Amino acid sequence: METLWFCLVAVMVAMYVLLDGFDLGAGAIHFFVAKTNEERRQVIATIGPVWDGNEVWLLAAGGVLYFAFPLLYASGFSGFYLPLMMVLWLLILRGSSIEFRNHIQSPVWIPFWDFLFSASSLLLAVFFGAALGNVVRGVPLDESSYFFEPLWTNFRLGDHTGILDWYTVLVGVTALVVLMMHGALWVQLKTGGAVRERSARLAGWAWWGVLVLTGLLTMVTFRVQPQVVANFKTWPAGYVLPALAIAGLAGVQFELRRPSERNAFLASCAYLLGMLTSVVFGVYPMVLPARNPLFSLTVTNAKAGAYGLKIGLIWWVIGMILATGYFIYVYRTFAGKVATDTDASAD
Amino acid sequence: MGSALDIHRLHFAFTVTFHYLFPQLTMGLALLIVILKSMALRSGDEHYNRSARFWAKIFGINFALGVVTGIPMEFQFGTNWAEFSKTAGGVIGQTLAMEGIFSFFLESSFLGLFLYGEKRLGRVGHWVSSLLVFIGSWLSGYLIVATDAWMQHPTGYRILPNGEIGLASFWGLLLNPWALAQYAHNMLGAVQTGCFVMAAVGSFYLLTKRNLIYARSFVRVGVVVGVIAAVLQLTPTGDIQGKMVAQHQPVTLAAMEGLFQSQDGAPLAILGQPDIQKRQLDNPLQVPSMLSFLTYRKWSAHVRGLDSFPENEWPDTIELLYYSYHVMVGLGTIFIAVMGLSVILLWRKKLFEARWMLWLLMLSAPLPYIANTAGWMTAELGRQPWLIYGMMRTAHGFSPRVAAGNAWFTLLGFMGMYTVLAMLWLFLIYREIEHGPEPEENLGAPSPAPLTAD
Repeated sequence: METLWFCLVAVMVAMYVLLDGFDLGAGAIHFFVAKTNEERRQVIATIGPVWDGNEVWLLAAGGVLYFAFPLLYASGFSGFYLPLMMVLWLLILRGSSIEFRNHIQSPVWIPFWDFLFSASSLLLAVFFGAALGNVVRGVPLDESSYFFEPLWTNFRLGDHTGILDWYTVLVGVTALVVLMMHGALWVQLKTGGAVRERSARLAGWAWWGVLVLTGLLTMVTFRVQPQVVANFKTWPAGYVLPALAIAGLAGVQFELRRPSERNAFLASCAYLLGMLTSVVFGVYPMVLPARNPLFSLTVTNAKAGAYGLKIGLIWWVIGMILATGYFIYVYRTFAGKVATDTDASAD
Repeated sequence: MGSALDIHRLHFAFTVTFHYLFPQLTMGLALLIVILKSMALRSGDEHYNRSARFWAKIFGINFALGVVTGIPMEFQFGTNWAEFSKTAGGVIGQTLAMEGIFSFFLESSFLGLFLYGEKRLGRVGHWVSSLLVFIGSWLSGYLIVATDAWMQHPTGYRILPNGEIGLASFWGLLLNPWALAQYAHNMLGAVQTGCFVMAAVGSFYLLTKRNLIYARSFVRVGVVVGVIAAVLQLTPTGDIQGKMVAQHQPVTLAAMEGLFQSQDGAPLAILGQPDIQKRQLDNPLQVPSMLSFLTYRKWSAHVRGLDSFPENEWPDTIELLYYSYHVMVGLGTIFIAVMGLSVILLWRKKLFEARWMLWLLMLSAPLPYIANTAGWMTAELGRQPWLIYGMMRTAHGFSPRVAAGNAWFTLLGFMGMYTVLAMLWLFLIYREIEHGPEPEENLGAPSPAPLTAD
């Protein structure tokens, strides 16, 4: 049962990364693909009706994590106190900028929110990547099942790690480049004209960055977290997950050349899904590895009571069917390219 | 003030108090917008649609602030209250997760459609989307109240072998009698915020002589719904809540009422300042035997005062609790008077000319915010010194590894950021009000658009 919940949380996190990933990416490339006010309005319009729903996946995944693995929620969230709070601040800034930008047509108002939108998106991508890096690398948990990480110590992988060290920074940068590619493919899919062309070009460049960083990160990760290697050795069927990532990445390049905007975006989704599931598969059965393996939190020692997990499964399935229905409906309603002067732009 | 416990408490109190300024209007307006959309659908009168569109803009700004200030709330259970989360996460995580999955997905999906999709959805479709946004936001309210109610009056749980609290009955948690009573009381408070704001904007337009057709509708809808909510707020919902507190948290009742000595035929304090050292209410203005009657429906009933409880079970900020409660009840009473009077004037067709009443309505807009805040402070301060009533003390719930310095750092960060957000909210909402609904031309004639999508 706890393994099932481990997978379900992983699925929800993956959904969050796929969906909010493209709107974070769109934010990160905002200034690169859109030069005029009208073009920037277009970029925002591609995510306007959906970003809020995408972000709900983060909240929903957090909630499920909370009731399925209370100890993990308590330990992880208090241990990552500072970076999480900064993530919250960035989410506040980002949400405000998307919502408020179009309210006043003024040459000081709009660039201000554009800048905040782009900067917060960019930093969020790095922060989320660094957070993932921390989870893979392991944190200084002790016998109390708690830890507290400062933002940085000496940037090395010792026993007193900080949030930022060379490994987590590397993951953060990779996450940024990956989401820039993902976001560019989304913007390409949803826009026309100059914005579309610039996005396509940017996605092409980012692709090479993703390729190099993915290769590098994979090699490094095998050394940083030995569990990953062990898991792939124990269950070779797991190789299907990195294979999905590789196929996805190859697919992005292939579809960019064909070109098929829709398939390129979907291939990028497959890449992200493959990467995330590989990581999750690699650390299982740990949910939060410790630097000292004795104190790692696992699916078994962090799980909630059996009744709650069982009853949760029932409403989770019902809720997910409903949520999937809404998403399909909303994305279909707003399908197609964003026009430049529809009611899709607020105010 | 200055220990890690105090800062963590202040951190949550500050962020949640600020956050709740927005959802109360969101939930109140959600209902009023559905009412406006329904009137538009029934009568075919286009001005109701335009009214709904105007309020949707205000709703959108308000909703966005509710979302961005709401995300930190869920996170803070883990970041600042780790011991509590570890112990009780298996129970309250259920309601919090359900909020995300059942209401936020619904709300966010259909709000996008409601705000951006009127042309694509058609009239009926747009009405449905407003209804779904309403259901989503009210469901979210229920799940949050149920979470709080479990902390006030735990039900449906059992203690697991490892000392953590596990869920034992799903329906026991969801249909906690405390949650049902608190929800009804809380939502009426939110509806009143919506009504007062809507009536205030209408009064503002009437007083400044513009958008008159809209203005009359706003005032009419605001005061008619408002008077119903104001009365129900006091009785039965307020009354039921009071009885529950008397039954399950008697020490809280004594502190709220400023009743230091147990007595038969206890008086109800209307005014007065509690002096904890001397164990008395200074300058009291009291109604004899009223507290006994309100609580037990018997003038001579015995009510336990603070003296019948050990001091370590007293709420730790009795003064603030006492004032919060009295502010809430006092304002609630004023609301009945203001709304009641407005409705009488409306009924006699004098309201729109009664400038003094319109002034009063316009200036009352901040009051329900204060009353709702005071109400929540009564509930949460009244729960002290418990985090989970009777089971876990607040002093045992915070994150052991997060130092006071780190909590100060983030508290100050939130304070700075929220100050800016508050100014932005005022600025943008004022702009929308100033800008007003679409011009009144072509109104009066039935909507030329056919019932199908345009």
